[in-house]
Amino acid sequence: MNKPRLATAWLDGCSGCHMSILDLDERLIELARFADIVYSPLVDAKEYPEDVDIVLVEGAVSSDEDLKKIHTIRRRTKTLVSLGDCAVTSNVPGMRNRFPIDSVTHRAYFENAQFNQQVPRQVIPPLLPTSRPVHEFVKVDLFVPGCPPSADTIHFVLTELLSGKAPDLTNKTRFGA
Amino acid sequence: MAQPIANGQIMAAKTLTINGKHLSAEESATVLEAASEAGIEIPTLCRLEGLSEVGACRLCLVELTGSSKLLPACVTKVAEGMEVKTDTERLRRYRLMILELLFAERNHVCSVCVVNGLCDLQSLAQQLGITHVRFPYLYPKVSVDASHDRFVLDQNRCILCTRCVRVCDEIEGAHTWDVMGRGTNSRVITDLNEPWGSSETCTSCGKCVHVCPTGALFEKGRSVAEMQKRREFLPYLKLMREQRK
Ligand code: SF4
Ligand code: SF4
Ligand code: SF4
Ligand code: FES
Repeated sequence: MNKPRLATAWLDGCSGCHMSILDLDERLIELARFADIVYSPLVDAKEYPEDVDIVLVEGAVSSDEDLKKIHTIRRRTKTLVSLGDCAVTSNVPGMRNRFPIDSVTHRAYFENAQFNQQVPRQVIPPLLPTSRPVHEFVKVDLFVPGCPPSADTIHFVLTELLSGKAPDLTNKTRFGA
Repeated sequence: MAQPIANGQIMAAKTLTINGKHLSAEESATVLEAASEAGIEIPTLCRLEGLSEVGACRLCLVELTGSSKLLPACVTKVAEGMEVKTDTERLRRYRLMILELLFAERNHVCSVCVVNGLCDLQSLAQQLGITHVRFPYLYPKVSVDASHDRFVLDQNRCILCTRCVRVCDEIEGAHTWDVMGRGTNSRVITDLNEPWGSSETCTSCGKCVHVCPTGALFEKGRSVAEMQKRREFLPYLKLMREQRK
């Protein structure tokens, strides 16, 4: 039998949700018996593959690149999970949304920069006018709030999904948990 | 059946049903009080024991048989033969919408909020099973007033419940707070929309800070998840007042 294909993706977040995934510790090895981790910042694959069964997405959609990524992820994945408050609410990345984009980049690359003051045009993708939750762009199948959701919550979500159930997150996590 | 007696006067009792359960309540009772007496919980947010009821948040909406209108249980008096429903599909749907709109209307960033884990709005959202907000966030540009020596008003977290307005007026007697503007432009203000720190009416009692259900009002120097609200004083003050009358 083919194992389910599992992926994780990292948009505009602090990587805390991925740290929480790593906090699964020995349960990660257990997990590898039931699923193939085909794409993740924690593994080697460079290109988001086709036919992914479940993806955990960390982070808000904040840049051109995030936008492209999330559409690719949606097209190639059966079950898309918004993992953590940044993906679910835009959370901390969204705190810039009240300010016009020019003043945001000016603050970062001029006011707070001592040397080489300029807005980078290469490597760093241009920001969208506001940073927004994933479900404002693509259909999301499951929301897991928390900043970050605990390893136990993530473990519960994955084991339920892998056994074909819809996880009931009542009392398991909340915004800011 | 014995009549309930209050202040030496005989009070008439009303009989009604809530979720099919037969019960009786004093005629002065609200539907919310009658329900809670019978162990039926209705979610509330703007209401706080010890303050007047204003029906601002609409979270406590209930259905009445024979009426297409939904009524806020906290300001609706019981009546003879009333049939109340508190937990229909429609009510559940509206409650979720109300909470989600509160989140979308201001900037709630629980992970960095002074009341993270201690917040009425946050815990209600969790209780009702809200895992995300279906409405587009408005991300309004609103202000933070840190001009007071000891307290801060952060409009980003205000849900316009008016608890601060009521406690300051009804209990402290200072009437420093008011609400200005309409709809999404409504704001709580101090005095005539002047900085709180230069308010001539505020006695710095801190009552507003502690009745505030969210992180909109907090004590200076509190960091994330540190602002525990203390509300025990309210029922006590109310009781003392009633005995004085
Ligand atoms: S006030 Fe409550 S709901 Fe709003 S950000 Fe703070 S903890 Fe979250
Ligand atoms: S601290 Fe000032 S504004 Fe707040 S309740 Fe007391 S008098 Fe009113
Ligand atoms: S400041 Fe707090 S108590 Fe006052 S209206 Fe806003 S949320 Fe309610
Ligand atoms: S509790 Fe009744 S309207 Fe707010």
